[in-house]
This record gives sequence, C-alpha cells and structure tokens, in this order.
Amino acid sequence: MFSFKGKGLVTLTGLTIGALAIVLMAFGNPKNMGMCIACFLRDIAGGLGLHSAAPVQYVRPEIIGIVLGAFVAAVVSKSFRSMGGSSALTRFVLGFIGMIGFLVFLGCPMRMLIRMSAGDLNAWVALPGFAAGIAAGIWFINRGFTLGRATRQSSAHGYIFPVLMGVLLLLLVAGFSGLRFSTEGPGSMQAPLLLALGAGLAVGALAQRARFCLVGPIRDLIMFRDPYLMFGMVGLFLAALVGNLIIGNFNLGFADQPIAHTDGLWNFLGMALAGLCFTLVAGCPLRQLVSAAEGNTDSAVTVLGVLVGAAFAHNFGLAASPAGVPPNGQFAVVAGFVVVLAIGFALSKVKVFAKERVTENA
Amino acid sequence: MREVDVDVCGLVCPEPVLLVKKALEAKTQGTVTVLADSEAARENIKRLATGKGWTVKVEEQGEQWLLTLTK
Repeated sequence: MFSFKGKGLVTLTGLTIGALAIVLMAFGNPKNMGMCIACFLRDIAGGLGLHSAAPVQYVRPEIIGIVLGAFVAAVVSKSFRSMGGSSALTRFVLGFIGMIGFLVFLGCPMRMLIRMSAGDLNAWVALPGFAAGIAAGIWFINRGFTLGRATRQSSAHGYIFPVLMGVLLLLLVAGFSGLRFSTEGPGSMQAPLLLALGAGLAVGALAQRARFCLVGPIRDLIMFRDPYLMFGMVGLFLAALVGNLIIGNFNLGFADQPIAHTDGLWNFLGMALAGLCFTLVAGCPLRQLVSAAEGNTDSAVTVLGVLVGAAFAHNFGLAASPAGVPPNGQFAVVAGFVVVLAIGFALSKVKVFAKERVTENA
Repeated sequence: MREVDVDVCGLVCPEPVLLVKKALEAKTQGTVTVLADSEAARENIKRLATGKGWTVKVEEQGEQWLLTLTK
C-alpha cells in the first residue's frame, strides 16, 4: 500500500519535481531544463562573477528555495543535525570533477531525466553512462572505499550554509548591482522569481522528507536490490513526460535538441564521470543541497566544489555547448577519471578485505 | 554508552546499510544492535532488515536511535 511516508512520499516527490520542472519551463525557464541543479549552480557561479560566460549568469531562486525548504523541513521534523569532518577537501574535489562531467553532458541527473522525457535521445545515451559510473563507484564501495565518519558539531556550523543562501536571496530581491544577469542565452530565460522560489521551497521540503536522490535509485538497485528511491526517479520521468506531451515539447530524436549536443561518446563519458564522483560522495547534487541544508557541512563543501567546478569549466573552456564538446573538455574528462580512480583506489581498504578472507579460510 | 554491534553514526549512504547487511549475513539469527544518527540510515536499515525477515525495534536515544534487530 502507498502511504505518504515511504514509497508514496518518494513517488510524490518525484512526480512533483517532474511536474514543477515543466511548469517552470512553461513560465520561462530554459527548454528541457525546467529545473537542473548542475545548470542552476553553474548559473549562480556566473551570477556571482566566478566565471564570465555571459549567457549563463543568474542567481537561480530555485536553488535558494530548495536549500531553505529543506532547512525548514529538517528543523520542523527535528532532523537538523550539524555534522562534519568527513574528508571535506576530497568531497570538494569530487564535486568539482563531477561537475565537469555534468557540463560535458549538459545537465545533472535531474536534467537528464527531463531531457529523456522530452524525447532527447542524447540523454538516453547518457543514462547507461551514468549507471556505469555508479556501478564503478559501487565497485570501490564494495572494496571498502570510505570518506570516513562525520562527527556531531555545534549547530552554528550547520546554519552557515542555509544562512548564506538566505543572504543570496536578499541580494537578489534587493537588486544588488554586483550580481550579474545574462541578457541572452539560457541564463536570461527565467521563470518569475516567486514561482521559481516557491517551486524550490516545495522541492526542497519534499526531498528532505523523502530523502530523494537521483544517484541512490540506481545505486540501491544494484547494491541491495532495493527499489525504494527508484519510485521517485520513475515518478519524475513520468510526470515530466506527461507534462512535455501536454505543452507540446516532446520531440523524439538526436538532432536539434535544446541546449544539447549529439556527441554520444562524450555524453556517455561525461555522465559516467559524474555518476562515479557523486556515488563516492553519496548522493546527487540535489541530495547534496538538501543534506547541506540539514546541517551536513561536508555536503556544503561538496556544493562549493560543484560551484567552483562550474566556474573552472567555463573559465577554461571545458563545458560543452550545442556545438559539441571542446578538446579541453574532453581532456578534462579523461584527467578527471584519472584523479577520481586514484582517489578511489587510495581510499579503498582492499587489504583489509584480503585479510578477512585469509582469516575465514584459516 | 551501551556497546552496540554496528555503529553507523556519522556515515552516509550506502555505508550504514552495507555494514548492517554484512552483520546480518554473518549472524543469520539472534540479535544485532545498531546505533544510527540519521533518519536516512534509520529508515534504510529498517527496510533492509524487515526485507530479510528480521524484526526491528527502534528506541530513540537523544539524537540517536538504537535499532534492535532480531530473528
């Protein structure tokens, strides 16, 4: 039976995100994007002047809403816990590299699903790449990969990230002249502020209660045959599919898809890299935002890694565009794999497992 | 602090579930106690254990939960 606690809640969350993404798109957000955590963090990096790619600069209220919504939900449900101290710098690096993977594909798993639901077959090529990256992450986790335990911290630490988002909202509403806003390109396509903020608040609160994630569904299915989170992922896809059909945004094919390129190899590899990174940091970018809002300062550092990764991706010409993936971006994905595999092997306790096996045999 | 078989405090998914799964596979029956400090870990462990036919008792201990799994 569906109840609004377990599968029911996670399904409702997925359906809501899918539906709101289409609504936001209908009210002005970029096509086949609606809501994309990676793209919107990239826009925020631009809005703050961390990169100077003029078409992708905007302080996206959706992101602020997600964090504040999740924060309120966590405080009300007494699940706010300030935690930290679990390999923050390594998480920063994994967030940074994973973001380069996202920007080579052009989207996080949320946008991948939204693109899939709009008939963009390039995203269907990225999905097996994403799953392969997650499977590689599981391979490391099964070999004892760990970023270590977080410890309980004074609540003050946990409040910093939500407060930062609150400040960002104030700057946005007050029209602070230091912020940068695109006048053309995806960054200039904006749903009305209150709608975007409201949608973010709803998504953040629901995702916090449901523990929604878009790495978890595939990971848990492979590792534990546990379909719990998959209900949310399928729900998101189905709601977005129905929404796209209703607003006439379904267009099956590879060519001429909005804010997408057709280079299958790099769509696959970009998402594989991101899937690996975000499996090792234990959750997709949305989950990192929500977890940071719940007081997890390690997740907050991961989000900062994503922001800085976005800035580097645009400052150094790594990010893809509808024209394709630039050579620098291709090099960065390969280099990213080298670094992440090195981290994976370095932090896996393969020897411990070997020792256990010897003991069992003895 | 009471001794527990598996302490998953401060760990994020999927590590808590993985550790408990190993403990349940090693013990197959009897009682396994788990200390968790996040809702996600608590719920995921409950789902894993009930799925494997263990009964789960949850006691709140301040900001942590003691899960007693029996079979």
